[in-house]
Amino acid sequence: MSGVVDLIGAVALIGLIKVVVVFVALLLTAALVTYMERKVIADMQARVGPNRWGPFGLLQAIADGIKLFFKEDFRPAAADRWTYAIAPAAAMVPSFLAIAVVPLGDHVTVGDRRVDFVIADINIGILYFLAMGSLGVYGVVLAGWASGSKYPLLGGVRSTAQLISYEIALGLSLVPIAMVAGSLSLSDIVAAQAGTVGNVTFFDGIPVLEQLQDIFSIVPNWYIWSQWPAFAIFFVAGIAETNRAPFDLPEAETELIAGYHTEYSGIRFAMFYLGEYIHVVVLSAVAVSLFFGGWHGPGLGILPWLWPLLWFLAKTLVVVYLIIWLRATLPRLRYDRLMWLGWKRLIPAALLWIVVTATVNTEGVSRNIRLAVFVVLAGLILAWVGRGDPRLAFAVNPQSGDDRGSA
Amino acid sequence: MPDSGVFEYLAAGLRGAVSRTNALPNCAFCVLVFGLSATLSYPRGSPRSCSHIATSGAVPAVPRDYFSQYITIGIFVLVGLGLVGVTLQLARLVRPNVPTREKYTTYESGIDPIGRGWTQTNVRYYIFALLFVIFDVEAVFLFPWAIVFERLGTQAFIEMLIFIAILAFALLYAIRKKMLEWL
Amino acid sequence: MSAETWQQVVFWIFALLITGAGVLVVTTRNVIHAALWLVGALMGAAAMYVLLFAEFVAWVQVLVYVGAIVVLMLFGLMLTRAPIGSAEFDNNQRPLAALCAAAVFVVTSVILIGAFEGQEINFARTAGTSTESIGTAIFSSYVWPFEVVSILLLAALVGAVVIARRD
Repeated sequence: MSGVVDLIGAVALIGLIKVVVVFVALLLTAALVTYMERKVIADMQARVGPNRWGPFGLLQAIADGIKLFFKEDFRPAAADRWTYAIAPAAAMVPSFLAIAVVPLGDHVTVGDRRVDFVIADINIGILYFLAMGSLGVYGVVLAGWASGSKYPLLGGVRSTAQLISYEIALGLSLVPIAMVAGSLSLSDIVAAQAGTVGNVTFFDGIPVLEQLQDIFSIVPNWYIWSQWPAFAIFFVAGIAETNRAPFDLPEAETELIAGYHTEYSGIRFAMFYLGEYIHVVVLSAVAVSLFFGGWHGPGLGILPWLWPLLWFLAKTLVVVYLIIWLRATLPRLRYDRLMWLGWKRLIPAALLWIVVTATVNTEGVSRNIRLAVFVVLAGLILAWVGRGDPRLAFAVNPQSGDDRGSA
Repeated sequence: MPDSGVFEYLAAGLRGAVSRTNALPNCAFCVLVFGLSATLSYPRGSPRSCSHIATSGAVPAVPRDYFSQYITIGIFVLVGLGLVGVTLQLARLVRPNVPTREKYTTYESGIDPIGRGWTQTNVRYYIFALLFVIFDVEAVFLFPWAIVFERLGTQAFIEMLIFIAILAFALLYAIRKKMLEWL
Repeated sequence: MSAETWQQVVFWIFALLITGAGVLVVTTRNVIHAALWLVGALMGAAAMYVLLFAEFVAWVQVLVYVGAIVVLMLFGLMLTRAPIGSAEFDNNQRPLAALCAAAVFVVTSVILIGAFEGQEINFARTAGTSTESIGTAIFSSYVWPFEVVSILLLAALVGAVVIARRD
């Protein structure tokens, strides 16, 4: 009787501590990322960037937050009261909830209790992540509708269509990972990427390549090596899911003022803004867990629990840096090109890649047939994706009747 | 901090790798990447062990306690919602409130708003939403298949191939009917 | 309190939430608000699935119903000329609707009680229904329904395309 209450009490206490620590760490990381983005882009554009508050401008994010906190926050008379009020929370909450299933580090043992560095290690972490992504749509659609204004409505509907289109590609790109890992739990997927690739026998009997395959004994066993097409699809779709450049059409200021959050001000606007950066951090964390070995990495003997956390943070920031780099490099896509890329390139490519992964890994088919199928399918995918020059995606003529890349 | 010269170089390399204009580096790059990919994803060692399947269907070292995970998620949801609510209420206490009539009008690039904000949207959005439902259901069926396909072997593979083929046909149909052309 | 009692408490909390949200779906004057209350009811149902150890079904519920089907409904509402926001769109078919709802409730209850009466969840087995068993069941016992689902989805798409095309 009391044993169960004790158990639930202990679970609740540990859960609460984990939740508060992760929450604070996530908010700090997101604030750091807003600063990092401005600094990195400023550097790429030969500017200085924020340098007023704190050393190197490090306190800029906090200054911005305080400013928005003290700004007047008013609701337009035409807005729908309750929907307008809950939309910022609906945008922000799912984006940080998704971190719950990401393993941030190894475990520690407190007394006789094992404490994993993950908020909730549920069996179907991938589905949980996707479900949180699909809940994130509501922040956009509600903000757009509730404002009772034309630009937010257009921006909201348009970006909802964008989000749901890329959500499919995102979901399909995770299926091959589930196939090779044999599990939907992010902890299992990270555990499967421990160690190095090990001995590769693929080139046995071929003179030079036989020696070269020894190199794999020091290469970490990450899924990115064999699943790089899945990563490419995941990364592109993920950037579109977070509304980041070059897919930041929801707030295309040349067309839509500020899209779905045109009518928002003060702390509610800050929530949309912070939600976007939290989403970027969480997406990078998931990408690291799925493709880059999660928290695995070499560590020293002292403080063995600390090194995985540092590795995880470092890898996550590298992926965040890639996303920022893309923003500084690429112009915004036009809306029809966005839909073209999502529906006619990413989704078919993801389906094909699932078939290829299944073919290579299904038992009961002979070795040579499987290799032949792999090579033929890989060649076909390559020929098809490489058919159009991607730079022509930015070409001028929109009225191309066919679905080719060259418009 | 990034050096623009290095960035230029990297960007040029990436562009060369994907564009058609540089046929030779393009082919070399693809052969290299696909060779590596094929090498690593191909089954090696004993016939039962596929590339990364060593942990397939693995039982975790410590069995997960189902309810404690969901209790923690519940706590996360409550703490998150609570913090958002507290922040909003705190901001309400400290921020100024100076209502003027103009402030509460709908924003329309500085002119007085014309008509109502809630207008009819394009039917195309509905088609995209419908396609989304269809492919979402497909993805949901793919996940349980993905973690058992290896054990069920060729039979499940063919079943899923038929399923994917029918839905790929649906996508092809929508493309041919020009439902996915924007404008 | 024992774990079963906790489960009962949580069950009744969510049951009340679902019922409240369901009543608000049909009584609210604003169709968008109705859709949002429906989201609340569906999320409550997902929590119920979690409580019944069916976590896969729970997250599929969130992913497909909340994430896709209600979004489809919202798009449908936004593209019609439905008086979003203010006007009345009540009609005189309330008794008929109440009768239908009651009939559906009775039939579903009878079927469910008949099918599962007396069965209890084995609380000792806290591993949850694994996704593996769902996959195995679909691809060995329920192959035909599974393939028919794809045809059904195809038919839905073709129907929508035919309706939406102008020519």
